[in-house]
Amino acid sequence: MISDPTRSAIDAEIARYPQRRGALLPALHRVQQEHGYVSADAAAELAEIFEIRPIDVLEVVSFYNMFYDRPQPRHHVYVCTNLPCSLRGARTLLRQLEAHVGVKAGEPTADGKLVLGHEECLGACAYAPMLRVDDTYHEDLDSERAKRILDELE
Amino acid sequence: MGLEVPWVTGYLTQHFADEAFIGIEGYERAGGYQALRSALDMAPDALTELVKGSGLQGRGGAGFSTGTKWSFMPKDSEKPKYLVCNADESEPGSFKDRILMERGPHQMLEGILIAAWATGAEKTFVYVRGEYALSAARIERAIAEARERGFLGERICGKEFAHDVVLMRGAGAYICGEETGLLESLEGKKGQPRKKPPFPAQYGAFGMPTTVNNVETFCHVPHIVANGAEWFRGFGTEKSPGTTIFGVSGQVRRPGLYELPLGTPLEQIVFEHAGGPLEGRQVKGVIPGGMSMPILPANLLDVPMANEFLRERKSMLGTGGIMVMDDRTCMVRASCVIAYFFRDESCGQCTQCREGTGWIHKIVERIERGAGSNEDIDILEDITGKMEGQTICAFADAAAWPIQGMLRHFRADFVEHVKQGKCPFSESFEL
Repeated sequence: MISDPTRSAIDAEIARYPQRRGALLPALHRVQQEHGYVSADAAAELAEIFEIRPIDVLEVVSFYNMFYDRPQPRHHVYVCTNLPCSLRGARTLLRQLEAHVGVKAGEPTADGKLVLGHEECLGACAYAPMLRVDDTYHEDLDSERAKRILDELE
Repeated sequence: MGLEVPWVTGYLTQHFADEAFIGIEGYERAGGYQALRSALDMAPDALTELVKGSGLQGRGGAGFSTGTKWSFMPKDSEKPKYLVCNADESEPGSFKDRILMERGPHQMLEGILIAAWATGAEKTFVYVRGEYALSAARIERAIAEARERGFLGERICGKEFAHDVVLMRGAGAYICGEETGLLESLEGKKGQPRKKPPFPAQYGAFGMPTTVNNVETFCHVPHIVANGAEWFRGFGTEKSPGTTIFGVSGQVRRPGLYELPLGTPLEQIVFEHAGGPLEGRQVKGVIPGGMSMPILPANLLDVPMANEFLRERKSMLGTGGIMVMDDRTCMVRASCVIAYFFRDESCGQCTQCREGTGWIHKIVERIERGAGSNEDIDILEDITGKMEGQTICAFADAAAWPIQGMLRHFRADFVEHVKQGKCPFSESFEL
């Protein structure tokens, strides 16, 4: 399940920490890069690598927002709706984007292209409203530009 | 795509418009890594004394003396010692550490190396919040460049000094910005804060003596070493020296970053630097230091932005994230957003916090809907009072204080909702 290159990358991470388990978060990031989420099988494999119980791995997966325990759509689109962004129309933008893609925040689109959601402060407070598509920030948005960004996703 | 250069720059940000400053060549051309060379000619204790004498206070929110923190590291320990750079910036309204990492990663690394020499740390873990992909990429590159030039690894600058830096990416949890929550996360666990004592200097990362400093804190250090404590004290107030990077957001004409001396009056930042409220609007209230800090109403904005003055007005500098709300804003609605955030991010470990944040959100939301009573307002006050100082970490206080601030200065907004049985602010932002 975990490929050889990912396994070597995990081993290299482990070597950087004084205790094996220190590399668990980096390893989870690596597994997600490959598979998009952390399956029960992957969690069991990681448990073996880190010499901990599968539940210890799953507990970590469930604690952090950016780890997923089930298959994900191709893109995560998050609109920051914390206070600075809300003051500049972020929630209105989120409603407009929900209408544009035809699903409510939190539900994936039927074609598996994206899931739209809201997220807490992303550290772009002066450039609101903004959204994050996977690892990329898009700032100072208006509704038209935001819709175009979503339309252009593969 | 990265952050925009600050509107007002100072010693931390003066080269940030220059893309070359991101790389090691540009950084060295601007005088970078000279302070490290000077520091390595000093005895570690003398270096700690220099930073103590400069009066530098941690810029991550708590404002503790950096030199004093360094001096807590045991000197005769057989155990390996570590530094942790807290780059988990997640306080709503704060975005200064992001630009420090995106535009000046070597400045941060140089500060880390100087701190490592002062404290005898063999390794630094830089914990970057998961969402900051560009920051992480720039730091990774800076680490590789520094290693190539001999600023990391064995015999740094030809001295008996070895150090390594490891970057870890978080995965989306506000609580990991709390220093012991961060340490748990670094160890591959849920980021639930530890009981203190023992403090990190005794029992830190992987059980070893550890000093945790914020990104901005490290960035000031090379400048103090290069120019001296007296020079540093030439900025800011007597008790709070130096500059800081204020992040202004919300309903103002020029939101953005401003590097200014501590002690700059809040009204000067909001009205002069950030251009004041939008056309035809008036400022109603300002959160001065990130969302955890109590709001100040328009008539209290003449306060100098330093803890000794902000405390007198029952608020704090926090991370210097300034959120401006104008006269359209419903403060109950704003409280809803604040309360939701803390409810969502509570790690769930302590009852007062786990239950209290949920109660606050439920009650504030009920008042906003127009279904609240006057008794609800009293209960809010009661709950926040009972959360303060009762838990393992300061998160519960951070959840209670902003609501207390709202009730202290904008109780009328809450009362009006109860009286009218609906939200009376038709022009406020959508919830």
